[in-house]
Amino acid sequence: MKKFNYHSIKDTKEASKLSSANSIFLAGGMTVIPSIKLGLGSYKDVIDIKEIKKLSGIKVSGKIVKIGATTKHAEVASSKDVKKAIPSLAKLAGGIGDPQVRNRGTIGGSIANNDPSADYPAACIALNATINTNNNRKINAENFFRGMFETCLKKGELIESIDFEIPQKSDYQKLKNPASRYAVVGVYVAKHKSGTIVGVTGAKSCVYNEKSLSDKLSKNFSSNSIDSTEISPSEMNSDIHASAEYRANMVKALAIKAVDAC
Amino acid sequence: MKKISLEVNGKNIEKEVPDHTTLSDLLRDTLNLTGTHVGCDTSQCGACVVHVDGKSIKSCTALAADISGSKVTTIEGLVKNGKMHPMQEAFKKLHGLQCGFCTPGMVMSAIDLIKTQKNPSESEIRKWLEGNICRCTGYQNIVAAVKEASTKM
Repeated sequence: MKKFNYHSIKDTKEASKLSSANSIFLAGGMTVIPSIKLGLGSYKDVIDIKEIKKLSGIKVSGKIVKIGATTKHAEVASSKDVKKAIPSLAKLAGGIGDPQVRNRGTIGGSIANNDPSADYPAACIALNATINTNNNRKINAENFFRGMFETCLKKGELIESIDFEIPQKSDYQKLKNPASRYAVVGVYVAKHKSGTIVGVTGAKSCVYNEKSLSDKLSKNFSSNSIDSTEISPSEMNSDIHASAEYRANMVKALAIKAVDAC
Repeated sequence: MKKISLEVNGKNIEKEVPDHTTLSDLLRDTLNLTGTHVGCDTSQCGACVVHVDGKSIKSCTALAADISGSKVTTIEGLVKNGKMHPMQEAFKKLHGLQCGFCTPGMVMSAIDLIKTQKNPSESEIRKWLEGNICRCTGYQNIVAAVKEASTKM
């Protein structure tokens, strides 16, 4: 592994002070460390934010579930509060990677990395999430995810927490890669008072709202209403695991499964 | 360089290591605890699983500097008074290993499962061991061994 300087810091001010064009924040390290090992990333400074106490924890108030950026997947998966308020979010967290990855990996890390096959971004879209940063920015999920591994975070900007809107009903379904459990396609359906949102991950280069499904389900929340919808494969990913056409079909198939499970 | 202090298998350790040292490198190269294996080195195969503060993690994907201040248990730390841990006994009895490369990770991962699920079903065991890969595909006996050990722990 390429050399770097490791810093463990205790507050977000230190984070801003230490960060530079050659630094990266580290929480669970489930992406950062393999990326450095594989030569995909090279940094002068690795800034560990796990000791910043206020970045961890789960709070439910009114219509919002607030999850701190360094909260681990295992904590979200087993949280009684999350299970009660948004059971599908706890289910999603319990299906990420494997038990050891869930014991280390964090929600903030997953979202900041914006891997096109990550699970949490689909939840952010469907649950109309707000991403709160140390620059006092409150960013709506639809504006946050910009492209493959790309977000609107500025250099040195740190996610502090994510606010998820509690829906009336919701479910997450994914076709997982059998070796690493990432989403070949993952579909998160959430029915809110104001309408239904279908967040899709794994299918395209970036998570997105499948509006053709969201619109139909907003008018009539039943799987029959989307049964005849054609999803275009034109922008879909295509690889040895699944062709673009297969992924397009899976988006609809998983959406139907999710609606039926609601 | 970072000065780190941690407890490994009940012993206090103080060392100075390069910042980019992983926990698996510290265990194997500095402390000569080579029971922890490194397979894929990218947190997929699970051969490197150890316990940190009671929870199973993949030691190839944790920095030693980050683990400083924690209690670490490796496969070498399971034997008590010369007696194998019930999980090790069950793996031996039911032939839960062939080449043995994945075994330390399997055993450490399985012990963590039994801590939270006293009597797991076969499918719960298989689901829990998703992050541990056995290339001999000896899963049948591994699962049988975990099931047997769960009655003895």
